[in-house]
Amino acid sequence: MTDMTVRTRSADRALLLRLRAWYSAETPNPAKRVQFDRPLTPWLFLMPQLAVVVIFFYWPSVQAVTSSFYIEDPFGFGATFVGMENYTGAVTSSQYAGTAAFTAFFCIVVTALSLGLGLLLAVKADKVIRGASSYKTALISVYAIAPPVAGLIGMMFFDMHMGPIKDLAAFFGHDLRVGIDYWDTAGALVTISVWKQIPYNFIFFLSGLQAVPVSVREAALIDARSGWRRFRDVTLPLLAPTAFFLLVINITYAMFDTFPIFDVVLKDKPANNPMTLVYKVYLDGFKGNDIGGSSAQSVILMVVVAALTVMQFRFLERRVHYG
Amino acid sequence: MAHLSLRGVGKTYAGGTSAAVSGIDIEIADGEFIVLVGPSGCGKSTLLRMVAGLETISTGEVRIGDRVVNQLDPAERDIAMVFQNYALYPHMSVRDNMAYGLKNRGQSKAVIAERVAEAARMLELGPYLDRKPRALSGGQRQRVAMGRAIVRQPAAFLFDEPLSNLDAKLRVSMRMEIRKLQKRLGTTSLYVTHDQLEAMTLADRLVVLNGGRVEQIGAPLEIYRKPASTFVASFIGAPAMSLLDAHVEGGAITLEDHALARIGNPAGPVILGLRAEDIRIADHGIPMAVEHVEELGAQRIVHGTIGGQPLAVIDTGEAAVQDAVLVSIDPDRLHLFDTATGRRIEKHLHPTPEPAL
Repeated sequence: MTDMTVRTRSADRALLLRLRAWYSAETPNPAKRVQFDRPLTPWLFLMPQLAVVVIFFYWPSVQAVTSSFYIEDPFGFGATFVGMENYTGAVTSSQYAGTAAFTAFFCIVVTALSLGLGLLLAVKADKVIRGASSYKTALISVYAIAPPVAGLIGMMFFDMHMGPIKDLAAFFGHDLRVGIDYWDTAGALVTISVWKQIPYNFIFFLSGLQAVPVSVREAALIDARSGWRRFRDVTLPLLAPTAFFLLVINITYAMFDTFPIFDVVLKDKPANNPMTLVYKVYLDGFKGNDIGGSSAQSVILMVVVAALTVMQFRFLERRVHYG
Repeated sequence: MAHLSLRGVGKTYAGGTSAAVSGIDIEIADGEFIVLVGPSGCGKSTLLRMVAGLETISTGEVRIGDRVVNQLDPAERDIAMVFQNYALYPHMSVRDNMAYGLKNRGQSKAVIAERVAEAARMLELGPYLDRKPRALSGGQRQRVAMGRAIVRQPAAFLFDEPLSNLDAKLRVSMRMEIRKLQKRLGTTSLYVTHDQLEAMTLADRLVVLNGGRVEQIGAPLEIYRKPASTFVASFIGAPAMSLLDAHVEGGAITLEDHALARIGNPAGPVILGLRAEDIRIADHGIPMAVEHVEELGAQRIVHGTIGGQPLAVIDTGEAAVQDAVLVSIDPDRLHLFDTATGRRIEKHLHPTPEPAL
């Protein structure tokens, strides 16, 4: 028996020693070891970030997927399993189809306009020599405004009673009724969203332009007379990586990050206004108390975004040249 | 093919107080290979870029052929430029890099294909035509840059230190290739470099620039043999010409109390220029204290001082160099420069009487 104990003890010891050795192990190849001499240390540093991702992303995602299969009592007294009913209900409703169509329209218009205008301003600002930094600061400053504030400023401009843009439209014979007329509201939403996003694109395009080697531009200057051709054939292709990155960011922005703008503009307005799918998820879930239906919609949205991302990287990125 | 002429060309940058380049007059014949050489900051690149149209011309005029091109865009000047860092379009294949300039000139596809094929054959780029520049070595990239210039068949080639980014061995072989190619095509060329060896070996005529001004223009050997100033003397040739303070006294040039040669110039202080190959270690002559020896194989360069003034001597002997040696100086190969201005003084080896009026 004593013999056994000793053997167990020694086995324990061996295990302990191995664990300790593993924890404090010197990496076999010191040349490849970068910074950490203990394998657990990097995980320790990663913990906060991982915790944030798990708590604020994975956990809610799992929750959303689960609750999308239930109809929940509005007052929180239990839930009934309904299978795919929430999904079929959402997809077949005509209101959902309309919102989806508007979301697609909104994404395309906002992305195209904010990318296009951002690029135009960057190209022009890149050519300015005198007072360049003040131009740049002026153009970038809008980026410092928080989206809800941008929405508020926008609403002041578009206000039905005192907004200057309403007066401007009236001057051209159009009765602008933001919050009541579907397309007037859509126009205002697009304008505010684009205005908010231009500085972001501007910064990236400008830095992209400045990364084009001077001698390559000069070579183009000797090779091509027309400035437009030089831009199309040399500058633009070299900006493609930046543009691709911005395309992904802008679509995400138009779909999700415009939420505060929609919230400010559509709050207290009649129900027939245009909105994006994300805003509808919020309305149905938190205003309509239909947690199940709203969860189903958000899961659909998740799938759409995943598909979109895969598509962007598979088809578009192939045409992008990285330096 | 055309002649090129620069007349009173100068450049003052906006906000700059002094001219970066001023009063440059150079006439370049059709088919000539001109090298602009000088230390960094001497204005040689600025001058080239003014010819290319990448910098505005502040004063004077530049003619390519019979046209004054001061106000023309770079693309309209009928020139092609080869840049130091190649400046290839990174997103285009080698073929497209070469063809791009021609496409913009509205050449037909057949002509473009033919010229690209011809240039690729000349530069041995055939196997790389469909590659992107990043898949090429430095030497190959430089060839593509040359090809891009060749296919255009321009009036003039402009080279802006094209070999500076290559390693020493490749530089020597590319140098010879550029020379051969230019001879074969007979295209007027303007070439900028800070490497005096490159300048000497490539040029039909050298333009030595210093501080934005032309110091001397001439054939390489002429400049080597008759440098117009102490600046040119010390810049062209390796090892650099030794410059020593000397005197003309009693009809002879004396260095540290040793008479070197009889001379007819007026008495007074002068700067004496001595090429290393014109001095020999001998068993008679002026004592020199040896400081260190550079062994080059075929010869060695002995650095030392005469009376505290540094000079370099080329020695082809086999025996070890002593700490103190005697050197003899070829009296016919002395260069004299004015102490105050640094300009060359023509020497009168045999005293001539003042002409009677």
